[in-house]
Amino acid sequence: MTQELQRPPKKNPQKRTVSPTRPPESRSRASLGLSAAAAEGRFALQVCAECKTVQYPPRDACSNCIGSDLSWQDIAPTGQLLAETVIQTSSRLYFRERTPWRMGSVKLDAGPVVLCHIHNDCERNSQVTMLNRLDASGQGVLLAIPTTRTNYMEDDPQLRALSADPKHRRILITDAWNPNTPTLAKALLEAGAATIFIGEAESWRPHPNRKALGELADRVNRENSGEVNVLPLDVTDTASVEKLAGEIGGKTDILINNARFIRPGGVLDRGDTAFAKNEMEVNYLGLMRLAQAFGPGMMGRTADGVNAAVAWVNILSVNALSNSPDYGCFSASNAAAYSLSQSLRGEFRGAGLRVMNVFVGPTDDDWYQPLPPPKVLPAALARAVVGGLQDGLEDVWCGDIAKDVRDRWRQDAKVLEREMTLGGEGA
Amino acid sequence: MSKLEALAADIATGAVQIVDLTHTLDPDFPVIILPPEFGQCARFRMEEVSAYDHRGPAWKWHNISMSEHTGTHFDAPSHWISGRDVPNGSVDEIPVDAFVGPAVVIDCSEGASQDADFELTPDVINKWEAEHGEIPADSWVLMRTDWSKRSGEAYLNMHEDGPHSPGPTPEGIRFLIDERNIRGFGTETVGTDAGQGSHYTPPYPAHYFLHGAGKYGLQCLANLDQLPATGAVLLAAPLKIKNGTGSPLRVLAMVTK
Repeated sequence: MTQELQRPPKKNPQKRTVSPTRPPESRSRASLGLSAAAAEGRFALQVCAECKTVQYPPRDACSNCIGSDLSWQDIAPTGQLLAETVIQTSSRLYFRERTPWRMGSVKLDAGPVVLCHIHNDCERNSQVTMLNRLDASGQGVLLAIPTTRTNYMEDDPQLRALSADPKHRRILITDAWNPNTPTLAKALLEAGAATIFIGEAESWRPHPNRKALGELADRVNRENSGEVNVLPLDVTDTASVEKLAGEIGGKTDILINNARFIRPGGVLDRGDTAFAKNEMEVNYLGLMRLAQAFGPGMMGRTADGVNAAVAWVNILSVNALSNSPDYGCFSASNAAAYSLSQSLRGEFRGAGLRVMNVFVGPTDDDWYQPLPPPKVLPAALARAVVGGLQDGLEDVWCGDIAKDVRDRWRQDAKVLEREMTLGGEGA
Repeated sequence: MSKLEALAADIATGAVQIVDLTHTLDPDFPVIILPPEFGQCARFRMEEVSAYDHRGPAWKWHNISMSEHTGTHFDAPSHWISGRDVPNGSVDEIPVDAFVGPAVVIDCSEGASQDADFELTPDVINKWEAEHGEIPADSWVLMRTDWSKRSGEAYLNMHEDGPHSPGPTPEGIRFLIDERNIRGFGTETVGTDAGQGSHYTPPYPAHYFLHGAGKYGLQCLANLDQLPATGAVLLAAPLKIKNGTGSPLRVLAMVTK
């Protein structure tokens, strides 16, 4: 059975930090559907449109009828463990450093037999649940886990390697001012985070979260259940970002960028570029400044033991995908940030540092106050962030509106654009 | 020796001292805060362009950005709606001799230390004049509160009912303009008006009356405690910004030792 993962001892300063290695990344184009599904935590396989045969491994033509219409569909993630082995050595550095490594085959209830990684708590010939998770190369891989929960099962090394679990990690939340910050910090601590750093801009004026964050810091300090540190950080000020990265960049394992500037209105509402500029400064250039200051250090620490650097989290408006003209300039800044996050994925990939985008619809705060519900509450966002990290996701859709926009966008981006840009009934 | 050569010699020997009344332009220096749906004063920002590196091997330089009203700064008449039609009301149009002139300092530091909302009233001015003589026409009047020694949250002193910092009453500023025909009014706080200045009638009386009368403002001044009550000469030249309503600037005072 899995032993509980202990908080790592302080790092030995005389030891060289382990360089990141990666499992193989190359895949056929057909196989990337597995990674796309894993990015959202779905277990999916190709299904033949003609004969309904579930395919494994991914391919270009049906293994039963050679039909070429194979679409990726969510499949019941259940099966039975058939055969297994424990790898003791490997020519791949990544696995060589991590042996022994359990692998085997599982007969899926949906039909095919799949080769997969096996959680150490799975018993021989037992029923298992399949996870499709992103590995350190950002590719979807299959892991069989026990169908019935076991103690500390998330701490299994093979499963933890496929997650970005906050447990024992040191996490920077970039914006103390955001109404979601206290709830987010609490949720991460409850998920086992060791330290929460919180960036605070403009400490020369009061903000409503200061009291809540102070109380949280006092409580966790008293209970010895973690650490909360509020530190100066303004994502619009390069010097401030560099200063904080100089101080804590070497022990930031997860960075959650919740800094956001938002004002309602489209291009014509104000007739100037001042707020739009602020939106770009915070939502787009802020992300870039943070990535330039914290990215290289985090990339160098993705193999640094139990609390290795593991994930970069952006909280984006779902209108990054398709503009909502009532918040048109804000949407545009988020589209820019979303695009930049894709560049970061490419740049971080080689180090195995994951970029997780959490897309939200209207949030329950001042700037969406005139909008009717549903709105994303801080607790829902915190659940999405913590759950997404635990599941090692790349894309998280938080709330009904984000999921709805995603679905419509995937069905037909142009139709969605036309729906979002209605002119209203006029002359 | 001409008067100017004598002055230069006095500065060289220290007989005339130059006092810097300016705060450092710093990204963390407070700016005025308005309700968030209004346009805001841009903070000072500095981005490195190169630092003797691959972006420019032999030189270091920065791009900077800020508002006309960031840091220690000058307010021109065109800054306020009451001064919109004042001739030569923008910083590039103001005759340059307005930028060099005498200053008197009214010490309100004791009152401000006891009451963050300390008011400069005609009564306070009259008491000062009883001691130091009538304020000469065309002088800068600087309100010393030692507010520049505050930092962090204590500077704006923002509460749920707005900021609390000292400033003139409508009657106080009108007295200086109507009865003394001053050149301008300077403060150590973030604006020429009191923190609670929006609650006077008219709101922001210092801005309203000064600029309506074609007078100038200086704010976020420092080191006023190093100036004599009378006798200092101020050098306060804003940047020559086309149609500028104000400008960050280096404010210097000449004082005799």
